[in-house]
This record gives sequence, C-alpha cells and structure tokens, in this order.
Amino acid sequence: MSVKQISVFLENRPGCLHEMTKVLADSNIDLRGLSLAETSEFGIVRLIVDDVLGTATVLKDAGFINSLTDVLAVEVPNVPGGLNKVLEILDGAGVNIEYMYAILGNKKSESAYMIFRVDDNTKAADALNNARVKILDQSGLSAL
Amino acid sequence: MKEMGMGPNDIPLKAGIFGAEAWSENMRRDIEGTMGIKAYDIYGLTELCGPGVSFECSDQHGMHINEDYFIAEIIDPKTGEVLPDGSLGELVFTTLDKEAFPLLRYRTRDITSLSHEQCPCGRTHVRMSRLKGRTDDMLIIRGVNVFPSQIEAVLINQGYPANYQIIVDRINNTDTLDVHVEMTPEMFTDNLGEVNKKQAELVDGLRSMLGLKAKVTLVAPKTIVRSEGKAVRVIDNRKI
Repeated sequence: MSVKQISVFLENRPGCLHEMTKVLADSNIDLRGLSLAETSEFGIVRLIVDDVLGTATVLKDAGFINSLTDVLAVEVPNVPGGLNKVLEILDGAGVNIEYMYAILGNKKSESAYMIFRVDDNTKAADALNNARVKILDQSGLSAL
Repeated sequence: MKEMGMGPNDIPLKAGIFGAEAWSENMRRDIEGTMGIKAYDIYGLTELCGPGVSFECSDQHGMHINEDYFIAEIIDPKTGEVLPDGSLGELVFTTLDKEAFPLLRYRTRDITSLSHEQCPCGRTHVRMSRLKGRTDDMLIIRGVNVFPSQIEAVLINQGYPANYQIIVDRINNTDTLDVHVEMTPEMFTDNLGEVNKKQAELVDGLRSMLGLKAKVTLVAPKTIVRSEGKAVRVIDNRKI
C-alpha cells in the first residue's frame, strides 16, 4: 500500500546537497522523486527511489544520516481539479497531511503522481481506495 | 534605549560601575556614548569581599587595588614564580584584615598585569589592568560562569553523544553561546517539526542548566573538528 521514502539530514550550507547527489550518482542511483525542506541551519531531503535499502546503505556508508518513512504514492488524474479531488477525499476522512510533493510519472501518462506524508496511512489509504483513487506500491512505482 | 527613541541626554545618570565579566575598551566607549555616562571598571571576587577589591579612578587608567587590605602579586600559573610589573600572569591575593576567612596567596585564576607607577590621579596604590581571561576552562558568558562539562551533561541527559563544540562570540556587545551538536540516526526523523522540537528541547535543557539562552546548531555527523583524537570543545571568538 505504501512506499518507503528516504529522508536525509543535511546542513544548510553550500555544497551539501551536491555532496549527497554525487554519492547517489557514483552508485548509479536513479531518483524518482525528491523534496527539500529547510530551516536556516539544516535541511531534510526526502527521496523516492526504486532500490530503497540499497540507497539507504550507500548513504549511510557515505556518512549521511537517513531514516525510512512509509508514505503514500497516489495517482492523481492529470486534469484540472485532479489534486483537489484527492484532497477532498482525505479531508473528508479527517486525515492530516504533514507534507506532500510531486514525483515523476511517464511522459504520456494521463495521471500525475504525488507523495503524501500523512498522520494516519491506513485511514488515508482506506478513504482513497473507497473513492477508487489508485495508490502505488513499490513495484507499481518502479513500473512507471 | 535606541529602540525607545532615547538619546544620551535623556537620562540624568552620570556614571556607572561595571563588573562581573571582562569587557573591551570599545564596549566601554559604546556604553558611555549611548548612555551619556562615564563607565568605570570594578573588580572583586566572592572569596575576598565581593566587589571592592579594586576599582578605576576618574582617569580610567587601570584599577587601584585596595592595598591596605590586600597584597596583590602576579605569578606564572605554571611555575608559581612571581612576575615583574607589566607581565601578564595569574593574580594572587593575600588578605590582611580578614578574620573569619583569611587567604594566603590565594590564586584567582584571573589573568592580568600589575603596575606600581603612580597614577595621574595621584594615588600610589598598585593598579591592575583589564582582565585578559582565566587560567582554567571556565567561560564567563554574559556574566554567568559556564563550564563545558555542564553543557556535556545536558547533551548526555537528552540522549546525544558528547560530540559537541561551544562557539562563543560577542555580537553588538552581547556574548553569544552557540552549541554545535552532531546529529545522530536516533534523533533524526523525516519531519522538520520533530527535529525542530528536539533542538528546542536542547535549548531548554541548556537554559535550565546554565541560566543562559544558548543557540543550538545541529550539524552533520563527524563534522566537529578533532585534533589528535580529542575534540576541540571551545572556540572563543570574543576580542577583548
């Protein structure tokens, strides 16, 4: 139902993000999605990749602190009002969204894909399933 | 005062006596200009009598030690050897009139120098110069005594390793204390709010331990400089 997101701790100074992307590039890791949250002193990069454990290990070995979180990868109709409809469902179920960001689909897709970090994955997934909104698992994400 | 729209002529104060922590000549001039007063230095320590061991005269040219009550010497803190006038060293006092708690060649840990030259004001008592620092690792931050071991205790208490660095600076004449703490996998989550909360807990812990507001900066693991395996704990950037 959910996919694993990798969150990485970075200091907020020039070059930090690049140091991390270099480690990923050297290990030939393809990023499916990325979001960056920052304060004045540090940042948290959230990554969506196909090989979660492999990537987490590469980052750990390179000295980057990271943690794994279950998040929902939700298919959103690629039409005006598509996201609004999904949020309406989550709102109706009383789900709180901590943060969300878009990830890459394929070029000709009729759907967009978004990552949702919510307070209650089960409650959110049930509400979306009932409304026939598709949620991707790790293999579904890899197949995009 | 500036924020309240007040100038140096708006308060009737003529002079202030400032003690408890080291200050610079620039800081003195700043206080004098802003408040429209003469700012005098005073020195004392609880073990002798508190404030009143020595003080500046109107010439602001070193602090006159009350030699009728105290014998002052400057020694080399390593060898204990007495140093001549003008040499920086550790200030040592012997009390002449204390009965319940007399002190013989008491080491203050304060670094300064002495001068027996007559002051332009006419007094002949020995003068000590502005304090240059302390011989031990104690930091005086905004007049509060801070030991690195206290900061370490707060970190360990909240589950952090003792990998930290204390950066002290003086910005706009106010001491700043910035504690750099290495992030750990156990403390890290994907949630910015959670990490901010952990940072705030450290700030609170330090405030209740030290009585001071400190800034806490979370840094990446293994980024705190170590020399020969031992961490450099304190960086004091204050220019006094």
